[in-house]
Amino acid sequence: MEQLFSNLLSIDWSTQWKMVIMWIIGGVLIYLAIKKDMEPALLLPMGFGAILVNLPFSGAVTQGAEEGPIDVLFNAGIANELFPLLLFIGIGAMIDFGPLLSNPKMMLFGAAAQFGIFFTLSLASFLGFEPKDAASIAIIGAADGPTSIFVSQFFKSNYVGPIIIAAYSYMALVPIIQPAVIKLCTTKKERLIRMPYRPKSVSKTTKIIFPIVITVVAGIFAPKSVALVGFLMFGNLIRECGVLNSLSESAQHELANLVTLLLGLTVSTKMQAEAFLSWNTLMIMGLGLIAFIFDTAGGVIFAKILNIFLKEKINPMVGAAGISAFPMSSRVVHKMGLEEDPQNFLLMHAAAANVAGQIASVVAGGLILTLVQV
Amino acid sequence: MIFDVDALLNSLPTMGWGMLGIFMVIGIIMLIIWILGKIFPVKKEDNKDKN
Repeated sequence: MEQLFSNLLSIDWSTQWKMVIMWIIGGVLIYLAIKKDMEPALLLPMGFGAILVNLPFSGAVTQGAEEGPIDVLFNAGIANELFPLLLFIGIGAMIDFGPLLSNPKMMLFGAAAQFGIFFTLSLASFLGFEPKDAASIAIIGAADGPTSIFVSQFFKSNYVGPIIIAAYSYMALVPIIQPAVIKLCTTKKERLIRMPYRPKSVSKTTKIIFPIVITVVAGIFAPKSVALVGFLMFGNLIRECGVLNSLSESAQHELANLVTLLLGLTVSTKMQAEAFLSWNTLMIMGLGLIAFIFDTAGGVIFAKILNIFLKEKINPMVGAAGISAFPMSSRVVHKMGLEEDPQNFLLMHAAAANVAGQIASVVAGGLILTLVQV
Repeated sequence: MIFDVDALLNSLPTMGWGMLGIFMVIGIIMLIIWILGKIFPVKKEDNKDKN
């Protein structure tokens, strides 16, 4: 009996209170996933993992010489950036670049809406973060979980856990963050601008060659992004080629689900109380929010600048969809358009800007890897 | 909390080059899409596939 309770009796609760806070944080993540439907595929495993790794003497993580399974998974899948890349195959297979290929000028919004990344990089540097950490925090603005993991892991940032939590939380909060920023940056008149949709047909050959060419271009201009872009585009190629439908289906469902499951649980190893509960975690959450706000504002303001020169005006809200959070951002813009004018259908324009954001965020990740010297 | 003005000033060129770089890459991708559209126009089979 004494042996059974020896573990419990040996816990010094005066120093373990941080673990209790992590259980509460884990519980909140699980609550948000189940009750609020916020990125449940990731927040639920992360929430459960936060509890799992914060139990006294948890066998799930390394204790002394004994390696824990969560750490084994981390070293096998995240430390070497394998899981985010595998997930990118699934994401690539899910994306239809058709609306973008038929309206390529929407690509510009993908670029403009990465402004938050570079703004946050400067702000984080100003607040005293080391360049490798500032760059990793800034990439929260990519609004793209796998890219955030890839970049922060590449730089071996000290804050991988909070960065990933911030990236996924804010992606889930896009329907709350973006409308407020869009309304702040636009007038009612601008939000009422109608954009007729005149899609141009795109040949099957173009759709097949596009992912190959993009990989080559990214490889030439931002070589460090080629793994991210290449895996994303490989996923898209198996979707578009027309002869690998079964593989495409597997990538979109089984592969993406399996990797997401492991990713969420594995990331929790970076949520151990001692490392996670700090003032810097709060700062990272704040900086992540700023990155999302400035991404959105960047896209909207760029659209407003373009409108000065364009005969056929663009609804500036479409610029906000240039962030990578796909497809939430395009849905938010479409819904806001309908709220202003029930006959204003912005979905296809916003979807084009949104998939452009997917490409641009990966390219931005590659540029950060290239430009930030650590 | 430390406010590191030097680090801020050092990061500004990265911000500039980053935004310039992303617009350059995106510009090139737009050009490629335009060229692809010209080289591979829509054929009848593509429309059949759609139907």
